[in-house]
Amino acid sequence: MTQLPQSTDRKMGLVIDLDTCVGCHACVISCKGWNTENYGAPLSDQDAYGSDPSGTFLNRVHSFEVQPEQGHAQLVHFPKSCLHCEDAPCVTVCPTGASYKRVEDGIVLVNESDCIGCGLCAWSCPYGARELDVTEGVMKKCTLCVDRIYNENLEEVDRVPSCVRTCPAGARHFGDLGDPNSEVSKLVDERGGMDLMPEMGTKPVNKYLPPRPKDTIEEQIDILAPLLAPVAEEPQGFMGWLDKALDKLPGGNA
Amino acid sequence: MHPAPSVIVFTTLSGLGFGLLLFLGLGYPDVTGWVAFVFFAIAYALAVGGLMASTFHLGHPERAMKAFTQWRSSWLSREGWCAVIALLVMAPYGAGLVFLDTSYTALGLIGALFSLLTVFTTSMIYTQLKTIPRWNMKLTPAMFLSFSIAGGALLAGQVDAAMILLAIAALVQLAYWKQGDSAFANSGTDMGTATGLGSRGKVRAFEPPHTGTNYLLREFVHVVGRKHAAKLRVISFTLAFVLPILILLLSPHHFGALIAVLSHLAGIATSRWLFFAQAEHVVGLYYGKR
Ligand code: SF4
Ligand code: SF4
Ligand code: SF4
Repeated sequence: MTQLPQSTDRKMGLVIDLDTCVGCHACVISCKGWNTENYGAPLSDQDAYGSDPSGTFLNRVHSFEVQPEQGHAQLVHFPKSCLHCEDAPCVTVCPTGASYKRVEDGIVLVNESDCIGCGLCAWSCPYGARELDVTEGVMKKCTLCVDRIYNENLEEVDRVPSCVRTCPAGARHFGDLGDPNSEVSKLVDERGGMDLMPEMGTKPVNKYLPPRPKDTIEEQIDILAPLLAPVAEEPQGFMGWLDKALDKLPGGNA
Repeated sequence: MHPAPSVIVFTTLSGLGFGLLLFLGLGYPDVTGWVAFVFFAIAYALAVGGLMASTFHLGHPERAMKAFTQWRSSWLSREGWCAVIALLVMAPYGAGLVFLDTSYTALGLIGALFSLLTVFTTSMIYTQLKTIPRWNMKLTPAMFLSFSIAGGALLAGQVDAAMILLAIAALVQLAYWKQGDSAFANSGTDMGTATGLGSRGKVRAFEPPHTGTNYLLREFVHVVGRKHAAKLRVISFTLAFVLPILILLLSPHHFGALIAVLSHLAGIATSRWLFFAQAEHVVGLYYGKR
């Protein structure tokens, strides 16, 4: 059913910290690894070892440079996967009912056996979170690792999305953003978590934590500086003569 | 957007086909027997041919029937319904005219209405997309409808009506291009809002997430053809509107009308190519592209 639920019991999603992400792409690889062999069709690659490789990924890391009016430019690594929007346009445009948003946890999923591969949902997503798999002809997207987070066969510590579990910088956090007392909600409050393209009206569940301001080097008073000032810039007297003489010798130069 | 040939063929042909069905449903031209048969055959060939072409770009065309289920929310599903209803209602109406020499006026009117609705729902598939500011405008349905009605009049041999309707469609086309050219800038979406970093300074794409291409770039970022856009606009405008109107003015007989139709068809197809090729999707911003 591609009508959106009025509200969902929980709003499970990710909080992505742009301050700590180091741009290592580990989440990209672990996402592809987990999802190519679990939920739904595998994530195919085309010409993987050739001159024009491409493939389906559910999570990708961009890098941006921000140049403020004053001061140095800052590099920001920017992981991007489905934001599990509350007002998900990708769901309502779907003609077949393959795309849906779950009432119990707000996860946006594709039922691949109903998908005709028309691509309209990817057209409607502002964030580029959906990719049509070339081999399977069905739409692929982040599942919030629905097959991990409730999976009793996994150790408790592993019952989080693959990307979250893998991130060596702890830049990806998983939890219920509908619960104001959850760890992720607190993090969003503390750090001023933000929406991407709020003007699109999609109401993303996933939030991004902005990079912290950069350190500035203050004017420092160096009390030793006067004592350490060089006494003679140029060697003088005998040392000066020696210096010049050595310069003239073959092979020696200063 | 990638200008997929299947979608350009589909929207161009079926737009014309349903435009002709609209006029036939309203009783213009007032024909029966073999002449009616030829008119209906052309209309169905265009409309059905277009619909068939639209399934070529599907990943799983064999599941196309599932697309009828979500008419409550999906314009694509609504389009499917309107098209099927229009074609089913027009069939007995056409049969009445061709074989029984009778006009079931009520059926014709219903068929005409659903032909119009089919074109409207097609246009709404594009219009609804906020992600593509150049399509997300009221002028998009106006353009699809005015093209279809003018083309329908032309095919139906309604010379006087066709000249006026072609002129109207031409004006809508100009307005669409004018408003479309500033739509992206006016949408308020830029790399700053896409990344949420705009308040900190000027955002520049430093490194893309992948060295090769991907589905998103293939489907949404089509810059190659855009450099000829200005020339193609002149060609499309001349073929779709200027030439047909001139021909109708100078020699509104059968052969002239045929040339006018072919010229119009080529012009509309070019305009449709531009409609896709020039449409910029906001996801390009993440790649520092349009
Ligand atoms: S990020 Fe895109 S795919 Fe995910 S819910 Fe939002 S609109 Fe849909
Ligand atoms: S590609 Fe599949 S999931 Fe997306 S809108 Fe079409 S049928 Fe629905
Ligand atoms: S939650 Fe799972 S599917 Fe989504 S980006 Fe992370 S690893 Fe990939």
